[in-house]
Amino acid sequence: MTEALIGALFVFVLASFTGFEVINKVPPTLHTPLMSGANAISGIAVIGALVVSGPRDWNVSVILGLIAIILATINVVGGFLVTDRMLQMFKKKEVV
Amino acid sequence: MIDFLPTGIQLTYLVAASLFIVGLKQLGSPATARNGNLLAAVGMLLAVVATLLDQQVLNYEMILVGLVIGSLIGAIAAQKVAMTDMPQMVGLLNGLGGAASALVAVAEFWRLMGSSQAIPIDANISMLLDVFIGGVTFTGSMVAFAKLQGLISGSPITFPLQQPINILLLVGFVVGSAYLIATPENLPLFLALVGVSLLLGVLFVIPIGGGDMPVVISLLNSLSGIAASAAGFVVMNNMLIIAGALVGASGLILTQIMCKAMNRSLVSVLFGAFGKAGVAGGSTGTQGDKAVRSIDAEEGAMMLGYARSVVIVPGYGMAVAQAQHSVRELGDQLERMGVEVKYAIHPVAGRMPGHMNVLLAEANVPYPQLYDMDDINPQFDQTDVALIIGANDVVNPAARHDSASPIYGMPILEVDKAKQTIVIKRGMSTGFAGVDNELFYKAKTTMLFGSAKDVVAKLVSEVKQL
Repeated sequence: MTEALIGALFVFVLASFTGFEVINKVPPTLHTPLMSGANAISGIAVIGALVVSGPRDWNVSVILGLIAIILATINVVGGFLVTDRMLQMFKKKEVV
Repeated sequence: MIDFLPTGIQLTYLVAASLFIVGLKQLGSPATARNGNLLAAVGMLLAVVATLLDQQVLNYEMILVGLVIGSLIGAIAAQKVAMTDMPQMVGLLNGLGGAASALVAVAEFWRLMGSSQAIPIDANISMLLDVFIGGVTFTGSMVAFAKLQGLISGSPITFPLQQPINILLLVGFVVGSAYLIATPENLPLFLALVGVSLLLGVLFVIPIGGGDMPVVISLLNSLSGIAASAAGFVVMNNMLIIAGALVGASGLILTQIMCKAMNRSLVSVLFGAFGKAGVAGGSTGTQGDKAVRSIDAEEGAMMLGYARSVVIVPGYGMAVAQAQHSVRELGDQLERMGVEVKYAIHPVAGRMPGHMNVLLAEANVPYPQLYDMDDINPQFDQTDVALIIGANDVVNPAARHDSASPIYGMPILEVDKAKQTIVIKRGMSTGFAGVDNELFYKAKTTMLFGSAKDVVAKLVSEVKQL
């Protein structure tokens, strides 16, 4: 295994533990928004898509990358907006 | 200047990753949730902009077109979707994320095929993992979406030799992967493995039925994160690895919570095909000698209007009938008459984690009025009327004492302890688990038959006339 891969594995494991710690004890009211917010974050795949569709020529790889960009962006934008829409409703009630 | 750029990009990633962590943390508390979502969105924007500055990324026009198309579709979908359709929406978005991750691996494989250098083993393993997890997430989410949208039957779809076929495919994937690692430049084999992953995603979700959807949706959510992480290993990008791992962990926590709320292990949800088992082992078929008491809306309104305390228990039936606004109206009207109104929410009521909370929030029910199972159960003793709207298995007392019942051991809302129980239901059909509900035959229980929306609307007008 290369050094880069080892480093990446460290990052992965530590980030997973961070995730478990950060998202402990979420009240049921927020289960859906948490899920859809996290869902939007998983659209981070858009970055991988940007990298693979980087070269300035037309080939299968770039085309697949561009499709991935579209799909991931729908995931990101749709996810964050829909989460905000939900949380807005939760907020309104506090005032009432 | 040019030398500083890579460092700058990495540092921006670091900021973005921190924003994701803080954002997720804030999403865990009602007061800060909206801000948390915003922080995460800012993190995402930073990450995208930083990546665009990367020297390998030159194809600006097309990339921008892609980003704009995706943003438009995403924004319109997020605006248009009805709150009752939220489970499908989450499923669909999840699937797109998984597909994007898988496509990254396929594109990378294609690029490496075209280049003169050999594909290193570790890159190959990363790509295979990415394709597998991303592919399963994609088709699995699409099947979940189709089920929730009603495009295909929501009940478990099983066929003979289902498990052997799944295992065979899984083994096939592992063997094929091993072969691909031994002989890296094999495009047809790689594409075949992509196909197997997609097929496995379908087969993995079709035998899982409606009531288990909260588990499946949160598990797919977790998988989409892990897929993104795998994509991070493919292009060796820490940003992807971190964000994906965070999502993977959060999805796993939710999955655990959902499984616990049903007292079932993840394995039994995934491979149990609930509805079928219920018919075989359940205490069904004896309803002939039991009588139900049916009342009309006027009587129901009397019981509610003259009660001191009412607990409303919503279930998937309320979501299907889109009755949440009428329910809120009923609650308000009762409160005006001096009745104490509470809402009892079972963790797996509906089709995704927190489904009922979202719907009631849309109808402007103040969330301090919503009670979790553990908080409300001790209070049913002092409750005059429990009003059950489209919930079934989560209020079945058999879960407490009938060890032959497939839902035995599942924590339930103990509505049978209330002085009276009114059940609004379309008919006497069983719930998702396929078990007869003994609650309906109890002396204290009365049934109000009809669609939740109509019945509740009638109740509202009758209560007003009291």
